[in-house]
Parts: sequence; C-alpha cells; structure tokens
Amino acid sequence: MSSGIGASVKRKEDKRFTTGKGKYTDDVRNDNQAYAAFVRSPHAHARVKGIDTSAAMAMDGVIDVLNGQQLTGDGIGNIICGWAITSKDGSPMNMGAWSALATEKVRYVGDAVAVVIAETQALARIAAEAVDVDYEELPVAASVLTSMKDGAPQIHENAPGNQIYDWELGDEAAADAGLASATHITSLDLTNNRLSPNPMEPRSAVAKYDDAEDHYTLYTTSQNPHVARLVLSAFYNVAPEHKLRVIAPDVGGGFGAKIYIYPEEITCLWASMKTNRSVKWTSDRSEAFITDAHGRDHVTSAKMGFDDAGKIVGFKVDTIANIGAYMSLFSSSVPTYLYAPLLSGQYNIQNIHCNVRTYYTNTVPVDAYRGAGRPEATYLVERMMETAAREMGMDPAELRRRNFIQEFPHQTPVLMQYDAGDFPKILEMAQETADVAGFPARRAEAEARGKLRGIGYSTFIEACGLAPSKAAGSLGAGVGLWESAEVRVNPVGSIEILTGSHSHGQGHETTFAQVVADRFGVPIENVQIVHGDTDKVQFGMGTYGSRSGPVGMSAVAKALDKVEAKVRKIAAHALEASEDDIVIEGGEVKVAGTDKSMAWHEVGLAAYIAHNLPEGMEPGLKESAFFDPVNFSFPSGAFICEVEVDPDTGTTEIVQFTSADDFGTIINPMIVEGQVHGGVTQGIGQALLEQVVYDEDGQLLNGSYMDYTMPRAADVPSFHVQHHETPSPNNPLGVKGCGEAGAIGSPPAVINAITDAIGTNDLAMPATPQAVWRAIQAGAKSVAAE
Amino acid sequence: MTSINMNVNGKAVSGDVPDETLLSEFLREHLRLTGTHIGCDTSQCGACVVHIDGKAVKSCSTLAVSLEGAEVTTIEGLANGDLHPMQVAFNDNHGLQCGFCTPGMIMSGVDMVKRYKAEGKDLTSDAIRAELEGNICRCTGYHNIVKSIEDAAAKM
Ligand code: FES
Ligand code: FES
Repeated sequence: MSSGIGASVKRKEDKRFTTGKGKYTDDVRNDNQAYAAFVRSPHAHARVKGIDTSAAMAMDGVIDVLNGQQLTGDGIGNIICGWAITSKDGSPMNMGAWSALATEKVRYVGDAVAVVIAETQALARIAAEAVDVDYEELPVAASVLTSMKDGAPQIHENAPGNQIYDWELGDEAAADAGLASATHITSLDLTNNRLSPNPMEPRSAVAKYDDAEDHYTLYTTSQNPHVARLVLSAFYNVAPEHKLRVIAPDVGGGFGAKIYIYPEEITCLWASMKTNRSVKWTSDRSEAFITDAHGRDHVTSAKMGFDDAGKIVGFKVDTIANIGAYMSLFSSSVPTYLYAPLLSGQYNIQNIHCNVRTYYTNTVPVDAYRGAGRPEATYLVERMMETAAREMGMDPAELRRRNFIQEFPHQTPVLMQYDAGDFPKILEMAQETADVAGFPARRAEAEARGKLRGIGYSTFIEACGLAPSKAAGSLGAGVGLWESAEVRVNPVGSIEILTGSHSHGQGHETTFAQVVADRFGVPIENVQIVHGDTDKVQFGMGTYGSRSGPVGMSAVAKALDKVEAKVRKIAAHALEASEDDIVIEGGEVKVAGTDKSMAWHEVGLAAYIAHNLPEGMEPGLKESAFFDPVNFSFPSGAFICEVEVDPDTGTTEIVQFTSADDFGTIINPMIVEGQVHGGVTQGIGQALLEQVVYDEDGQLLNGSYMDYTMPRAADVPSFHVQHHETPSPNNPLGVKGCGEAGAIGSPPAVINAITDAIGTNDLAMPATPQAVWRAIQAGAKSVAAE
Repeated sequence: MTSINMNVNGKAVSGDVPDETLLSEFLREHLRLTGTHIGCDTSQCGACVVHIDGKAVKSCSTLAVSLEGAEVTTIEGLANGDLHPMQVAFNDNHGLQCGFCTPGMIMSGVDMVKRYKAEGKDLTSDAIRAELEGNICRCTGYHNIVKSIEDAAAKM
C-alpha cells in the first residue's frame, strides 16, 4: 500500500500510546523533585490584605511558601495579551495587569495568591490549605450582562465600566441601507454558551533550574513550546531565551487550552530557581475547571435582510463578549478578527456590519477553544439561514443555494478573500448521503412511535492558517504566523524532519512523514518527525487554528524543494547527466531515458563523503525553510443532522449525522475523518450537554465531571463523513486544514434539527432535556397536538 | 504506613505506603508504571482503568492497601510479548488521537469483550457505547473507539 499523500496510513506513533509508554509531562520526574500546590482565592473579587504562611512553613517537608510580592519583587513580569485591538474611536484596548501570583486583588475564584513547595504533592496540598489569606470581599460581576451595567463593580482600574474595547468591522451605513431595502428581515438574539475545553490530560509543568549553568528546563503541556519560551523570556523575564529550554513531550489533547502561558508555568520556573529544586505541578480536574481558559461566551443580537428572491441584502450584528478576569494570550482576537470576518459564511453578502464590545468579568479568563470565534460566527449565520427559510416558507437548503458564492477567489466585505470551494457540490453530497429525500417518510415513521423527528443543516466556512504575518501584524497581532521546518537527510539516507508544529493527537509523526515519502519514494519508516523541544527544533509557532497542515506541512514541502534541488545537482554531477533529466522516484535517483541511477542513500552518502560534489557545493544534505502563506485557507463543509426528540422527556437523540467537507488536498483520510469525528462530537457537546455555569457570586457551579457534562460514547452516533477536494491555491500542497471544522459546523446543525423537530425557533444551547421539554411546553408542537 | 504485597503485571511487588495511597498513585509514583493515567478527581473519566483479579477497576478509586495479594494488570502488562488484539485494533482503526484516554479505553475494552463472551452475549456497537459510560475521550468522538473494540472482539 502506498504511504504517500492520500493514503490512510496507520499511525506510526500509536504503539507507545497503546502500550502505556507515552511520555506526558506528569510522567517526568527529576532527581530532586519537589511539588507545588497553589493557594487559590475562594472569592471571585476581593482585596488581599495579608498572607500568613507561618503554619504552612512550620510543617515538616514544606520547602517554601512564595507569594506575589516576592514574584514581582524578583522582576517577573505581568502576563500579557498578544493581540492589540483598537476601539472604533481609535483608542487602544484597556488591558489590566495580571500577575502570576496576585498581589493586591484577586479577580476570579481560582486566582492564585501563593504557592507552596513541598517534598510530596500530598504535603504541598495540605500545606496550601494551611496558608491563611486575609481577604476583603468586593462586589462581583460574574456575567457580561452584569459587568457592562452602569455602576458595576470595577474589576481593573484602567478599564472604565469594565469595557476592554468597542470594535467594529464592515460598513454600517451599507448594512443599514441593505436592511432598509429588504422585503424580509429575520432577527435573532443568541447566546453562545460558555465551555471548558477539557483536554483529557490536565495541564502540568515540571521546571528545573540548574544553578551551575544558570539554565532552566521546563516540561510543559504546550501546543507551542517556542512561543511559550519566547513569552516566558521576553515578557515575564523568567530567564533569557538561550537559558531556557521548553519541552512539550506527549501532550494529551489541547483544543486551544494549552496555547497560553499560564501563571503556573511561570511560577514553577521561578520557584525552581528560588528553592533550587525541580518543581512540579499537575492540575487535577477540579483545578482545571477553574484555571484553564474557557471558550465562547457571547451574547449577540443580529438582523439579516432578504430580497424577494431570497438573496441576502444586509446583515447587522451586535455582539457582547466575555473576556473573563484577565486578558489571556489571544483573548482579544477571538471575538474580533477570528469572528467577524467569518460572518459572510458561504454566502455572497455585500453589506455586513459587526460591532463587538468586550468586558471583564469575575470569571476564569476566556480565550480560544477549538474553532475560536469561527464557531460563534457559524452558529449565528447558520441559525439565521435556517430561521429565515422557515419564516419565508422556503426549503433551507434552497435558500442557502441561492446565496452561495460560486466564483473564486471571492472578496467578502469583511476582510476575507476566499481561496477555493464548491459549496453546491458539498451540499449535494451531504444531501444524498443523508437521504434527505427520504426524510418525510422517516419523520412519519418516528411520529408513529411518538417521537418528533427533525432535520437541520449547517453549510459553513472557516479560515485556517492565519496569515500572512504582515497582514496579521497590521491587525494587531504581536507575532508572525509562519511555520518552520528543517529536513535532514542523514548519510545513510534516512530523513529527520524538525518541525515547529506540535502534535497533541493530530498524528503529525505519520502525516508529515507521508509528505516526505510521497516526494522521494522513501519508506515511511525511514522518516522521523522531531518536534516539541526548543533545544532540538528551530523556532516555530506551534499548533492551533488548524495550521499544521496548511502552514506547518507547507514549510516541510518548501524545505523538501531545497533538498530536492541539491539532490538533483549531486546526482547529475555523479551520473554525468543534466539536472533536468534527473527523476526521483521509488527511493531512486535516475537519469530519465537511461539505465543510470543512484539509490537514494547513495546520494545521501555522496553529500557527506563529499569526494565528488559539483564545484563549489557545500557538503551535507540539510535544508530549512520558513513558510509564510499569502492568505488564510478556507475549508468548507455541509453538515446535516437528524434528531429524534421524545416529547414527554425532552430527550434528544442524534440519529444521523452526515458531513461533506472540503479540506483541499487530504494527506491521510483516516486521520482527517478522525478529526471530523472528534470536532463534531465537541460541537454536539456544546449543542446538547456542555455549559460552564457561574452563580451571581462568581462561584463556579459545575466544576467537575459530576456536574459538567462531557459527551460520552452513548451521546453521539456513528458519523457519515465524506470529502470533496478543491485544493487551496495558497500553499504548495493545496491543504486547507481540518482540525476545527467539526466543532465549528456542528452546533447549528444540531439546534436547527431540534427546532425543526419541535417546531420553534426559540431554543438555546445546551439543548438539555429540560430546555427542550420547556420549549415544547411553551408552544412548540407535540405529537399529540398535531 | 502499611506494607503491601501484590502481583503487578506478573511480578511480585511490595512497598510501604501511607494508608490513603490510591492504587493509581502506587502504580505511577511507586512502581513508575505511568501508562495508567489520571484524568479526573471524581471517578468519571476512566483514564486510570486497570484489571484487578481479571476485572476492570478504576485505580483512582481503589486504595492500594486494600489489594493485599491481588493480581493487578496495567496497560504495560496487557500484552504477552506481541501486542494484545485490542492494542492492534486501536491502531488498525485509528481508535486514538492524543493517547491519554487510550490505556483506560483498552483496559475497559478487553474487560467488556471478556464479560460478554463469558456470558454468551453479543457485544453490539450500542452495547459498547453503553459500556463506555465510565470512559471519556475528548479527541476521537468515540466512532473509531467503538470500531476498534468491535474489531478486537471478533479476534479475541
Ligand atoms: S482518573 Fe480515575 S476515573 Fe478519572
Ligand atoms: S485520544 Fe485523546 S482523550 Fe481519547
């Protein structure tokens, strides 16, 4: 079987995971290991008046108790948000100070005020309980609707009214004019429910200070170890970059929650220097709920106008987003540049305007979670389309079709230039597989069993591989968004790929190797992928935003180009042929039309022996590349969900879920389908099960798996997943990225199906049995009533 | 402190542990068998599942001192030389992504196949989904985990 591009190659990395030999951060234990436990605020908003550590310090086995005054006193910098957003009046965003250990005030339940370092984890936790913090409680704003009110408690001194920015995108006058010309207007008020990402491996950090070398090593659960090192060094002043090694070993899922640099990593590094011990912290699940950045949490009002023919003539959106108590690394970009530019969906809309206001609240910081901004945009657009179709008495698929963009590239009024796609085609594929034609019969059959059956669509677009760096910079990004790769062909011909991308479940060790095998025809076993260690790999940007395919693999392809060019030169010289006649295939380097050839490994050896290289050529066979795409890539998809609702209990069963995706070129269909399964399941979680709930006092009410409902196997069906490939012209492989599509596209498909089943447009996520039952009681239909 | 003796992956082991030591901690910290994972603190996720005397048990909810003389098998000891059919099936069917839930999934999968076979019951995909109530995976959407267990069931 081929192991090149397009083959469902079984994963090379699986053996260590299926045999229990994976190496995750918490599996690391250094010789002089000590353990950290954080003293966290039980209050959502309070002044810290004093910290008494004497009882903890007196305990046997406690090494030290450290606080925020000591941390800032040692020059450790505040945690920053890396994307500057400018308000529409031209003023900069109001970023409040965030110290890794709070000094004067705590602003959410879980905010760390001190850390105990002890000989064992259990001891550290017991001692943390013994630290006596004197708090003066302050009034709390636990939701964005409270914190935006006049007279709300002031959370950060420099953010009057708790507002961080008031930002807009698009032409308001044009959107108003479009709406004024409409013959039908659909209005919706939606909440995008707050979620906790919940990668199954809790966050963890193991820091080690070497006093002889004045050097630090940090093992951490990171999606982007180089970015972590840069930020830890340049902004938090923990250590100079060349004195800090960051290793992200096997990482058990990320979904955005492991992009950011959190207080715990900073504190462990600093504490390891203070105590001259290796310091380890591993979150437990309860701690993860109150410290991992949450996602979503938008409140939106929107209007979409249509003309007689069902064409969209105007779209106006007003969104209020919750940022939490502090601005996390990418928090500002999520409700702005990752959200509003996606509001055109798959549709040709000329007039769009979006206003976004963000506020601080006394809750855990909110940042990117799988999809980041794009699920929020998609949920709005796709519920809008379905609702409008119902109001206008049209088939929801037909309304979408009438508005589909058909020509590419397509410039939207909200920044984006779509690269390629075939929206009618993927919708048709999904409709056929889902047997939409047979739906009325299935609905009737369900009704005979006393069940309400509904069908819902979502035809969506997303933007991956945020790019180019220069454009991102002009929009406020503090970093470039390229990726790096180095290809090392060893003297024996085996190949190592050093990539700045990071795999935490995506299967890079297989797919990146496929790209190499495809190019040179070498066995995939002879290709090794190296990632996740700043001492081994050149600077890279890491993995998030479905960027490893379109950006990370493209960097590999670019480095392979350079290797190939050198291989041609070496072989042409050795075989006394013209470079143009050299063909590389099946692990051989041949002269076309002759029987002259060299084995792949002979070229490798020739490069290092260097006895017979072209005049002036440097020995060796190692090339690197940095790839900065010219544009985003735009995967698109059509999802169709079919549900059955039990009108007596409000319980929803997803009976069928069909996806037709356009991810451009697909490297490994098996892995891509796996990404869709997982993403759709997270979207179903958002639609049916998951929501982070705070009470008015800012206490998290569902911070464990007893209370926060994670999707289980019985909550989801088997999926029908298929692909149509329109390659992206914006990168050498034509890939578009597939990590987030499932989570982006599925929530509206599920809710559209349930609202179709019960005959209402008024239903919020999560559509729990109680919510659905209430909607039915509030006037939606029941079988008996029909 | 209590001194305990048990058999882990076919080897006699012993240790002096505080009474509150969980089996998961004993395996991970005392025996350094780190394939058994901890994904929650409320006994819900199943990342910690091992076999005790042939039955799947959550090691995060079991006191080490209660296991005097027990036979414990962890993910590291599941295979007898070659990979166990369940391990092969997870690779064949792409039943894992980040791998964190995988040891628990595999240990639960082996247990359910054995139980159903012993009782002469058919392990349907619906039954697998119901049986996985105590195992959470955030990556795979379960589709390929169910396929993996079905596949292994046919080969075990
Ligand atoms: S760690 Fe045992 S069930 Fe979660
Ligand atoms: S494979 Fe990542 S949690 Fe299951």
